[in-house]
Amino acid sequence: MREPFGGLILNIAFRMLVPFTIVYGIYVLCLGEFSPGGGFQAGALLSVGVLLSRMIMGENAKFNVAGKTSVVLAGVGTFLYTFTGWLTLFGGGRFLEYDFMPIHMEPMHEMHAMAIFLIEIGVAVCVMMTIINLMDAIIKRGDEDGSSK
Amino acid sequence: MRGLVAVLLAVITSMFCTVVTYLPEIGDVDTAPNQHVTPTYISRSAEDTGSPNIVTGVIIDYRGFDTMWETSVMFLAGLTTVLVLTSNTVGRRPEEEPEDPDEGEVIK
Repeated sequence: MREPFGGLILNIAFRMLVPFTIVYGIYVLCLGEFSPGGGFQAGALLSVGVLLSRMIMGENAKFNVAGKTSVVLAGVGTFLYTFTGWLTLFGGGRFLEYDFMPIHMEPMHEMHAMAIFLIEIGVAVCVMMTIINLMDAIIKRGDEDGSSK
Repeated sequence: MRGLVAVLLAVITSMFCTVVTYLPEIGDVDTAPNQHVTPTYISRSAEDTGSPNIVTGVIIDYRGFDTMWETSVMFLAGLTTVLVLTSNTVGRRPEEEPEDPDEGEVIK
């Protein structure tokens, strides 16, 4: 999508909407432990924020994530999940056994909560970047088809 | 060979259909999951996982390994779709050969 389709009205309307979407995504990510929500939903919301700004503003969008960066970050999100499992290995436990997180906190379930939060960040980054990847690929293909005519 | 495969498929299908009648009803309190697993999750997940949300506690703490591969599968599926969509050869119409109107006349 080399040329954005946003006119004046869409530009101003979505300028208001995008920050709220991203803040709501972060809220769902952080509160997923206490309320309905979690990594997958937060990732979808965050990607909607990025994609809205890109669709309106094109390549000049503030929240844009370029093509190769999003592929790398999707892998980084998946790695963050696995890395949390490795952290418990370093702490002396088994894979994903959260009682043995390296940072010790006194009530045992605080360490579980920390590990759950790390994992949800990983899942959210992975979901967000995968959705952006798919959108990128479709947009790129559409551009190529359009230019060949 | 085809007849043998058909008979085997028929036998397997009838076995599956027979077994379905022995499955417990949904919501039956006497089944093993409803007697041990679910009450344990409900009563212990808050102190075990530190998460007041039972769903989060189950999918990330008790079943963390499952969710890890779920995330990996989603990442790989997205990556494969991107590779298929951005490749130049898959799913495209072959380029039309440029027609040369003079060629036929030369052969005549």
